[in-house]
Amino acid sequence: MTSAGVHQLFVNIATVGGPSTWIAPPDPKTLAITLLVSVLLFAIGLVGFLTRRNMIMMFLCTELMLQAAALAFVGFGRMHMDVSGQVFVIFILTVAAAEAALALGLVVLLYRKRETLSSEAWSELREDVK
Amino acid sequence: MTIASAMHASGLTPAQLEMLAKTIPDPAPDLSWAGWILGLPAIAAVLCLLLGFLRIRNKLPAIVTIVALGGAFVTTLLLYQSYEGPVTIHLFEWIRLSWGTGPGQSLIADIGLHVDGLTLFWMLFVTGLGTLIAIFASEYMESDVGGDYARFFGAVSIFLLAMGCLVMGSNLFLLYLGWEGVGVASYLLIGYYYGKPTAVAAAKKAFIMNRVGDLGLLIGIYLTWRTFGALDYATIFETMKDGQYVLDSGAMLIPFFLMLGAFGKSAQIPLFTWLPDAMEGPTPVSALIHAATMVTAGVYLIARCYPLFFLHPDALNTVAWIGGTTAFVAATIGMLQYDMKRVFAYSTVSQLGFMFLGLGVGTTYGAAYHVFTHAFFKALLFLASGAVMHGFAGQLDIRKISGIRHIPGFKVIAWTMLVGCLCLAAVPFSSGFFSKDEILLVALTDHEYGVPFLGWLGLFTAALTAYYTFRVWFRVCAGPVAYVPGDDDHGHDHAHADDDGHGGLASASHGAVDPQPTAHAGHFHPHPPRLAINGVLLILALGAILAALPSYLKAADGSTWVSSMIADSSAVNGVPSIPAAVGHATGQATGQAAAHHELLGMDAHTALLLISFAIAIVGIGSSAYFHLLNRKAADVLKQRLLASPLTSWLPKALENKWYVDELYDGIFRYPVRGLAWLLARVDALVLDGGIVNGVARMPIAMGRLFQPLYNGLLQGYAVTMAGGLGLILAWIVWVWMKRGGA
Repeated sequence: MTSAGVHQLFVNIATVGGPSTWIAPPDPKTLAITLLVSVLLFAIGLVGFLTRRNMIMMFLCTELMLQAAALAFVGFGRMHMDVSGQVFVIFILTVAAAEAALALGLVVLLYRKRETLSSEAWSELREDVK
Repeated sequence: MTIASAMHASGLTPAQLEMLAKTIPDPAPDLSWAGWILGLPAIAAVLCLLLGFLRIRNKLPAIVTIVALGGAFVTTLLLYQSYEGPVTIHLFEWIRLSWGTGPGQSLIADIGLHVDGLTLFWMLFVTGLGTLIAIFASEYMESDVGGDYARFFGAVSIFLLAMGCLVMGSNLFLLYLGWEGVGVASYLLIGYYYGKPTAVAAAKKAFIMNRVGDLGLLIGIYLTWRTFGALDYATIFETMKDGQYVLDSGAMLIPFFLMLGAFGKSAQIPLFTWLPDAMEGPTPVSALIHAATMVTAGVYLIARCYPLFFLHPDALNTVAWIGGTTAFVAATIGMLQYDMKRVFAYSTVSQLGFMFLGLGVGTTYGAAYHVFTHAFFKALLFLASGAVMHGFAGQLDIRKISGIRHIPGFKVIAWTMLVGCLCLAAVPFSSGFFSKDEILLVALTDHEYGVPFLGWLGLFTAALTAYYTFRVWFRVCAGPVAYVPGDDDHGHDHAHADDDGHGGLASASHGAVDPQPTAHAGHFHPHPPRLAINGVLLILALGAILAALPSYLKAADGSTWVSSMIADSSAVNGVPSIPAAVGHATGQATGQAAAHHELLGMDAHTALLLISFAIAIVGIGSSAYFHLLNRKAADVLKQRLLASPLTSWLPKALENKWYVDELYDGIFRYPVRGLAWLLARVDALVLDGGIVNGVARMPIAMGRLFQPLYNGLLQGYAVTMAGGLGLILAWIVWVWMKRGGA
C-alpha cells in the first residue's frame, strides 16, 4: 500500500462522521520534535543507567530508554502515515510489562541474598584471568 | 586325490570339480572321525580357559589336557591302522571365492585333512610327545596350581591344535593358519612368566623374528596360488606333475620365499637368535615347542612342498648351505654356554641345521628320520634339565651343580640324561647316529645334490656336538657332589611344602620368605622328582633308544619304516617334471642309491661308522678330560686362549654368541629405535605442539585480549555497549557524510 493510499485510509477513518480538519498532513517539523523528545528520554535513561548503582533505579532507566525507542516508532509512523509504528508500541509495552515483572522479581531475589540493592554487590560474578 | 586328478585331466575348474565330486561317490571309507585329532585339543583349550575363569584350585586343567592329547594320540594311531593310501578328508567348506571360470580365477580353501605317510609320521610323534610332555608338566608346573595352571595348559592345548592344523591341513591356507597358531601359542608360553622382563622380551623377540619368516611364507603361498591356481596340495602337485603351469620368475621365487618361512620357524641363519632366548619359558614348553615339535614345522614345510623346491635349480643348494652353516655356528656357540637349557637350545638349532642339510642334499628320508629321533632325545634332554632345575630351585648353571647321579632320587634323571646325550652326540648304534649319518652320507657321497664340504663340516660339527653335550653331562651328573641352589625365580617350590618330607626346610630356602638368606645353602635340600617326571623321562629314554629300531629292522631292499612312511608323500614323489630328481629322491627313500657309494676308498657306510666312532671318542674324551677328570684344565685353557692376543677373540666371540644379537641390534633395532624417537619428536612438536595445541591456543589468546572488559560492574558492560553503539553510529554517519549527505 502506498503512502498516499495510507493517508487516504487515515482520512477516510477520521472522516467517518463527516469532514474534519484536526488530522494534519505529515510534517518534518513534527517528526523532528518527536525525535528530539525521544533522544532526550534515551539520554536521560542512559546517563541514569550509567551513574546509578541502585538496581531498581537502573531498571527504571532501562524502561526510559525503551519508551524513548517506542516514541521514535510513533513519530516515524506519523511521518510515514503508517500504523505499523503504533502496532510496535503495543508490542513494546507488552514485552516491557513482562520484562518488568521478571526484572523486579530478580531484583527482589538479589536483594534477599545480599540485603542491598547496589549492583556492586555482585561484581564478583566476573571472570578472572587465569 | 583320485577325483582331483581325474578332474584335472579333464581340465575342469575347481568349482566344477567340486560339483562332480559330489556326484561321484567316494570309494574310500569315511575317515572324517580323524577330525577329532584337532577337535580334542580344541575342546581342551576351551575347557582350560573355562577352568581358569572359574579359578579351579586343583590339577583338573592338566587332567583335561592329558586326556585330550592322549585321545588325539590314540586317534592318530587308529588313523595309522586304517591308513591305506594318501587321501584328502574333506571336513567342511571354508573359503570359496570365485570371480570367473578360468584357471586362477578362484580361491578355494576348505577345512580338510591331507593324510599321507608324512602327515601320519609327523602327527604320531607330535601328539605322542605332546601327551608325555603334558604329563611331565602336570608335576613340573604344580607350584602354579590355582593360579596360572589353567592358562599354561590352555596354551599347550592351543599349541597342539595349531600344530595339528599345520601338519594335517589339506591346503596351504590351513598350513598358514596353523603356522601362525603355533607362533601365537609359542608367544603365550615363552611369555608365561610375564612378570619377568626377560621372558617378555624373549616372547616378543620370538614373535617378531617369526613374523619375518611368516611374511616370506605368505608371499610364497601367494606365488604358489598364482602359479598353480590352487592351494590344496593334491591339486598343486597334480598340476606340477602334468606340467600345466608357467615357470616364470615368480614361480622360480616360490622355494626361496617358502624357505624363508621355514628358516624363521626352525631357527636357522639368519633368523635363529630367538630360539635360545625362548628358553625363558617353562621347561616343558622348551621341550614341547622349541625342541620336539614346533621348530620342526620348517622341516615339515620343505618336506611337504618338496616338489616346489625343484622350481629353481639353486633352491635346494641354498637350503643345504644354510642348514650346514647353521649347524656349525650353533654348535660353536653351544660349546661355551653355561646355562644348561641354552646349551640344549643351541644344540637344537644345530640339529635343525642338520635336518635342513639333509633336505638340501635331497634326502628327505634322512631329514624326517632325524626329526623323529631328535624329537625323542631332545625332549628327553630338556625334560631332564627341567627336572634338575625343578630339584635345585631353578639352578641352570652347569658350573654350580655337580654329581647329581650320587644324590638319592636323582639317579633316574642322570641316567636318562646320559641316554639323551649319547643320542645327541650320535655315538654309533644310537638313534641319533643313524639319522645323522643318513644325512651326512648323502651330503658326502651323492653325485648330484651332495655337497662334500658341508658333509665334512657336518662331521666336524658332530665332534663339537659330542664335546658340548657331554660337557653338560660330566659337569652336572658326574663328578663330586656339590651344588648351589638357584634363586628360584620361577617359584617352583611353593607347593612342595606339603608333599615332601622336608617341606619346612624347602620353603625356608626361598630368598623372599627366608628371614636369614645367608643360611640358604645350609638349609637347602634338593627336591627329587616324583612319578610323573620320572615316568616320562623313562618312557622318553626308551623312545630315544627305540627310535633306532627302524634302522636295525631295515628291509632287504634298504627301506625302513620311516622311508616307507614318507614314500607315498610329496616329500619323495611328485617331482616328475625333473626326472633326475625323481630317480634320486625315490632312490634315497628306498636306500638303493646310497648303497653303492664309496667314501675314502671303502664302502661309505663303513667309512662313516669308523669316522663316527673316532669323533665320538675324541669329542667325549676331550669333554671327559676337561669337565670330569681335570676340571681346572678347562679354565687354564680358557685363560691361555684369552692371554694371547691372537686367540683371545675366539672364546669371547663364542661366549657372546658370535655377536649376532649385537649385529642385529646395530642393523635393525637401533636404527628403528632412532627413527621411532625422531617420529615421536615430530609428533610431539609439530603435530601435537604446532597444529593441535596451536589451534587451541588461538581462542585462549583472544580471550586474554578481551578479558579486561569483563570487570563485573554492570555499568562497565553498559559503557562498552553504549560505546560500541556510538562507534557504529559514528561509522554510519561517516559513510553517510562521505556519500555527500542528505
